[in-house]
Amino acid sequence: MAVERLFKDEATEEKGERARMASFVGAMAIADLVKTTLGPKGMDKILQSTGRGHSVTVTNDGATILKSLHIDNPAAKVLIDISKVQDDEVGDGTTSVVVLAGELLREAEKLVGSKIHPMTIISGFRMAADCARKALLDRVKDNKDDAEKFRSDLMRIAKTTLSSKILSQDKEHFAKLAVDAVMRLKGSTNLESIQIIKKAGGSLKDSFLDEGFILDKKIGLGQPKRIENANILVANTAMDTDKVKIYGARVRVDSMAKVAQIEGAEKEKMREKVQKIIGHGINCFVNRQLIYNFPEELFADAGILAIEHADFDGIERLALVTGGEIASTFDNPESVKLGHCKLIEEIMIGEDKLIHFSGVEMGQACTIVLRGASFHVLDEAERSLHDALCVLSQTVNDSRVLLGGGWPEMVMAKAVDELARKTPGKKSHAIEAFSRALIAIPTTIADNAGLDSAELVAQLRAEHHKEDSNAGIDVITGAVGDMSVLGISEAFKVKQAVLLSATEAAEMILRVDEIITCAPRRREDRM
Amino acid sequence: MALAFDEYGRPFIILREQESKSRLRGIDAQKANISAGVAVSRILRTSLGPKGMDKMLQSPDGDITITNDGATILEQMDVDNQIGKLMVELSRSQDYEIGDGTTGVVVLAGALLEQAEKLLERGIHPIRVAEGFEISSKMAVDHLEKISHKFDFSATNIEPLVQTCMTTLSSKIVNRCKRSLAEIAVKGVMAVADLERKDVNLDLIKVEGKVGGKLEDTELVYGIIVDKDMSHPQMPKQIEDAKIAILTCPFEPPKPKTKHKVDIDTVEKFQTLRKQEQQYFDDMVQQCKDVGATLVICQWGFDDEANHLLMHRNLPAVRWVGGVELELIAIATGGRIVPRFQELTTEKLGKAGLVREKAFGTTKDRMLYIEHCANSKAVTVFIRGGNKMMIEETKRSIHDALCVARNLIRNNSIVYGGGAAEISCSIAVEAAADKYPGVEQYAIRAFADALDSVPMALAENSGLQPIETVSAVKAQQIKENNHCCGIDCNDTGTNDMREQNVFETLIGKQQQILLATQVVKMILKIDDVISPTEY
Repeated sequence: MAVERLFKDEATEEKGERARMASFVGAMAIADLVKTTLGPKGMDKILQSTGRGHSVTVTNDGATILKSLHIDNPAAKVLIDISKVQDDEVGDGTTSVVVLAGELLREAEKLVGSKIHPMTIISGFRMAADCARKALLDRVKDNKDDAEKFRSDLMRIAKTTLSSKILSQDKEHFAKLAVDAVMRLKGSTNLESIQIIKKAGGSLKDSFLDEGFILDKKIGLGQPKRIENANILVANTAMDTDKVKIYGARVRVDSMAKVAQIEGAEKEKMREKVQKIIGHGINCFVNRQLIYNFPEELFADAGILAIEHADFDGIERLALVTGGEIASTFDNPESVKLGHCKLIEEIMIGEDKLIHFSGVEMGQACTIVLRGASFHVLDEAERSLHDALCVLSQTVNDSRVLLGGGWPEMVMAKAVDELARKTPGKKSHAIEAFSRALIAIPTTIADNAGLDSAELVAQLRAEHHKEDSNAGIDVITGAVGDMSVLGISEAFKVKQAVLLSATEAAEMILRVDEIITCAPRRREDRM
Repeated sequence: MALAFDEYGRPFIILREQESKSRLRGIDAQKANISAGVAVSRILRTSLGPKGMDKMLQSPDGDITITNDGATILEQMDVDNQIGKLMVELSRSQDYEIGDGTTGVVVLAGALLEQAEKLLERGIHPIRVAEGFEISSKMAVDHLEKISHKFDFSATNIEPLVQTCMTTLSSKIVNRCKRSLAEIAVKGVMAVADLERKDVNLDLIKVEGKVGGKLEDTELVYGIIVDKDMSHPQMPKQIEDAKIAILTCPFEPPKPKTKHKVDIDTVEKFQTLRKQEQQYFDDMVQQCKDVGATLVICQWGFDDEANHLLMHRNLPAVRWVGGVELELIAIATGGRIVPRFQELTTEKLGKAGLVREKAFGTTKDRMLYIEHCANSKAVTVFIRGGNKMMIEETKRSIHDALCVARNLIRNNSIVYGGGAAEISCSIAVEAAADKYPGVEQYAIRAFADALDSVPMALAENSGLQPIETVSAVKAQQIKENNHCCGIDCNDTGTNDMREQNVFETLIGKQQQILLATQVVKMILKIDDVISPTEY
């Protein structure tokens, strides 16, 4: 008798070996996809969206590439998810985490092929990951107490991160930008207070960090273009028609004259409001919402600079830099904290007019103006800078630093190899495999740079056999070099996150022995 | 078949539109049902035990779930078959009742169905089989009662509870840090437990997750975590000795339920209305301030003006807090939920030692911690992990562990895990079978065989020789009269579960046997399946 059909139409079920195969293949395909972007000589990808206009993105950032992929393979989705989390959590290493997870699964596949149970592999991987983490911890450097050295550490990290991106040409310049910006945050990880403004035109080198604050807005007509010693009121209030908020209120009139009267009252109300605002003794007023012509005119008459429609983030940042509070009522002028700055002026960047606040009280926020030849370049530059800023802000909190250029992987691989030799039983195969997967990262870096990876990695291994070696791959000369001399550093937090989430993801995929896919939800035909 | 003729030879119709329906009858129907049930249980079989594998499920919307939890697998499996749905129900009811053992119950039901099929082939009437199963399930449950142990724990000695929770967690992906998670679960349950009434309200334990960090960072917070931030960016991020006003009314002008209109027809009216509006906002904030609140938590939104007034008067506020969370906050802080500003009094305020906002990662994510509450009867388990699926799976695992701890507080009897209890029951039932006159004897013996299938699956998943191992353990149990022998899944070298500290709750096991038997009985009683054919 035929086996009863258990699932709904179109639902599929993959079992045992086939399920494992499907997830291995999916995961490795994803890893191979982003593999070529790894390292300083990694290549970029063009992504074309299916949305309107088929907008194009050119990027090197793993998380961005993976985010825009439409994937049906469940295991691949796990990898995309870890890359996304890596992006949110530490900001960098989004490619490495996927490549490492992919390599782990590639090794695991071989082991499964030679009849080792996935559970054994998992426990081997766990031991190896633990051991690798300890090995890294042993070799970290922490220069938190020495401000000078710490800054140079930050510079090195920024340069290392940027070197794989489009900004690598001017990495010195951008690394300095990023470090300056992050140092201003004074330990906060809130990157919102660093504003990035993109303006096409000029070259990447013309990008600069502005200590003050730049608002991408125009100054209202007939208002002063330059204010010294400004008192700023930052507000979030309706300056169009001030609606009556009591529910159900409506105007019902029976003659034209009354309409005019009410209109007059409305105007009067607005005038009063403006008067109150002016009563704060300000000469600059920034509002999140729209300002209608009438109040704008009133402000202009009073010689006050009124800026409308600054968005939420802009307002928050402005309040942060100028030290004012965001106000919505204006009845107690004496207790509202006003923001101050030395100079407000309209400046031109390229062809656009912007408002520049300089000499602000609190130095926390700052603005980075990016210039570049095209929007694609600017977008990519922003992403790269974002990565660098993320890593730096995390490093400020957790100041442990490692060398880069494949050095951490080799250190880990060495420790894991030793563990494998000591471990009895089948697990040692898995541990060995783990170390091979780790070595795959320097191999990929070398491959992407067009170097003889087999030769280089073998040399590197030999170098690392000595105690306390600082050897890594120097992609520029194409040889093994001393990383501490070359000044290539990475943040410990990033490496640790890569190691742990890659192992976790590989473990998760390995544990699966069955995939059940439900029938896709039917879309209503709109024809 | 469904066509009958009356005394004059004219056909009359019993089933409407019978040609468009497929129909299975008699032994065919039973066999089809059994094979469907067995197919479901076979999917879960590999998930059993500490070395069980996970399943990856893709939902209709393309979301991925990776899990080891029987109830979750079945729920998301999109089963179409009617009998399959019964099995799903079975696992779900185990989940609701006990919270753990959702895989085991389905595996047991599957094994019973397999055995029943053999008996049906021999020509034993299904009802007799069902009755035999019923008798033996009673025997097994009684036997479990006999071999169960009571163990003692108190608020200070939670070690036994932790051990039991660890048994549950060891089959999940989180077994890497099962010890710390088990401790979190037990401490959480003990914090909210009512030891006198022997009851635990699991609603008081909130399980909150956030991607990022590592599993080891998971913590138990004696307080509440709300995924919200302060309504105004410049409000203080930390409040000590907070007095919390918990409101369910919005900081907005009132909206009477009855339909009404306020007509403005003169300038004076317009102005008075305006004044009133301003007065209203002022009053609201003043009322909160008057009773001495230092933090306002509100279920609804604020108007911009109200928001600024709050900020201005130095009264931090949180908006859009969900109803469930609001209740938890009220319980934890000992406050009352206040529906109207007029009813706000000092006594109704909740108290918390520390309220702080904590930021995560590089994005803007912030969460609000409410700690050192007046009444620590509400706790939050805060889970961190590498990716979303991990967090979801950890949530489910923690839920299981919480349920186990709760069951132990309700009834502190335990039986030994690792298949020991099943083998012991199987021996007892087998021995009783011979004394039973009648056809049921066969069914009882079959039941004993079915019980063996749980340890068999455990051994199989752990990579041991299933038949060899189970028979060896069985022989050992009879020889030494020791009901603690089970399958050594973790390869520790001993199969005495007492030494390995592998426990399960008595009620959990009993419930498994009873539920599985009930469902099998129901399936066996069906002899006619009428279903509409595909269009």
